[in-house]
Amino acid sequence: MSTFLLILLTGVGLGALYFLVASGLSLIYGLMGVLNFAHGAFLTIGAFTGLWISTKVFPNPTTWTFIAAMIAGGIAAGLFALLMEQLVINRLYNRHIDQALVTVGVGLVVTALLAGWFGSDARLFPTPLWFMKAVTIGEAIIPIDRFVYIGVATILLIAMLSILRFTRIGLIIRAGVENRSMVSALGINVRLAFSTVFFIGGFAAGVGGVLISVFSYGVSPQMGGSWLIYGFIVVVVGGMGSITGSAIAAMLIGVTNQFANYYLTGLGDFVVVIILAAVLLTKPSGLLGKVNH
Amino acid sequence: MNSALTVSNLGLTIGGAKILEGITLSVNQNETLGIIGPNGAGKTSLFNLLSGLREATTGTIHLGEKEITNLKPHQRAQAGIARTFQTSSIFPFLTLLENVRIAAQVADGSSMNLTKGADKYKEVLYRASACLEQVGLLNKGALFAGALSHGDKRRLEIAIVLASKSDVVLLDEPMAGMSVENIPALVEIIRSLATVHKKTVLIVEHHMEVILGLADRIAVLNYGELLTIDTPQNVMDNPTVQSAYLGAEL
Repeated sequence: MSTFLLILLTGVGLGALYFLVASGLSLIYGLMGVLNFAHGAFLTIGAFTGLWISTKVFPNPTTWTFIAAMIAGGIAAGLFALLMEQLVINRLYNRHIDQALVTVGVGLVVTALLAGWFGSDARLFPTPLWFMKAVTIGEAIIPIDRFVYIGVATILLIAMLSILRFTRIGLIIRAGVENRSMVSALGINVRLAFSTVFFIGGFAAGVGGVLISVFSYGVSPQMGGSWLIYGFIVVVVGGMGSITGSAIAAMLIGVTNQFANYYLTGLGDFVVVIILAAVLLTKPSGLLGKVNH
Repeated sequence: MNSALTVSNLGLTIGGAKILEGITLSVNQNETLGIIGPNGAGKTSLFNLLSGLREATTGTIHLGEKEITNLKPHQRAQAGIARTFQTSSIFPFLTLLENVRIAAQVADGSSMNLTKGADKYKEVLYRASACLEQVGLLNKGALFAGALSHGDKRRLEIAIVLASKSDVVLLDEPMAGMSVENIPALVEIIRSLATVHKKTVLIVEHHMEVILGLADRIAVLNYGELLTIDTPQNVMDNPTVQSAYLGAEL
């Protein structure tokens, strides 16, 4: 039972990280039809910004410095996403091949620049001491960082859903995901909604980058690429354009991956691909897909 | 009478093919103009040019005195043109009230405000509810629009147009897919756009009896050109129109 609980909570924690990567991807594709292969770069930029805050600005790690690192990482990644949208994507709407090529290019350039600047070796992300501790639930000993991932992802999920559900721009974004032309026809400059979504997606990826640095014991220029693959899988399974779908799919993928890794001796990634194939075959729009373009 | 919408020498060429050519017409304020023509005549293309979804190759468009030829779609909507699409123009995963509220909040201004909760704008909610009531859908306001019957979806589109406060309304085949028994009620709602709400209405429709009953004048398009624009009776009596579109038996 203790092993089961440990695997379950580790899987949920992993799913929380997947959600942070995937939520922005999902909204960006859902609203704009942009397959953003540079999303991994947002994650990496967030991680390096967080590392800079935690090592140079506040060298003595505390809870507050870690929170500051997450926020700074999120803002840096969000601003980079916004910049990319304004300078590059803005000129390429409805040119899907060009978008894919350009975002792949941006991802490669960011990785190369960071590798040239900081080197390719992973750097340890300093965390408060209590991150190393564990809590006992029943007989299970659960590392406390799992709860941090779950807590942060839950806060961002609630924040994103609240923006979408209760604000005027959220209504525009939800409508734009469903029918972009009609939103324009109503007199709304949908480009402003695009920029907002890029910032929100970049922010979530940046925060995710800081947490992933802790989870995977280091910050490296290549980290974005490997997590981006899982981000895309979550988006496809959850459904393009649906934040709730991304959250459900992220949990499904994270938990399944961990259980399969333990009970099927390292077949976690294989089982995830099977889930992806099953969803594509039976429900190509994903669990809660809303995109209509 | 003042002109609400004036189109001069409007043309659209795509890949060398002339979709529309030399369209010149003027629509009076509070007038209902029917637009008819065989499939491929350019009716929806004309609406796309008027609403800005496509850029005209030639010609100019004036909304009242203001030239809107080079404005983007959202700027034209802000200037006062609302449209519905041939296929459904609603947001199926939003509630009916949200569908109408999004148009009402644009008409209200500050639609992108991130700092204030949407429910704080009472006047927008009131307006959205009133528009739903006018098309008989207020009691379904909390439902998701995708759950509506086809007829109710068309009503919802009209409610969205009403909430937008636009002066000129482009309706692209509003009766498409409607069952025969639901058409009269929708016709009355569309008629009220001009008679009650004092809007200028351009309507593309294949149901001739609907067009004849609603339109003050009818414009006939054929192969991208304007054959004629005249009263319904004169259009019906026009031999060129009969041979090109209506058929000899009419």
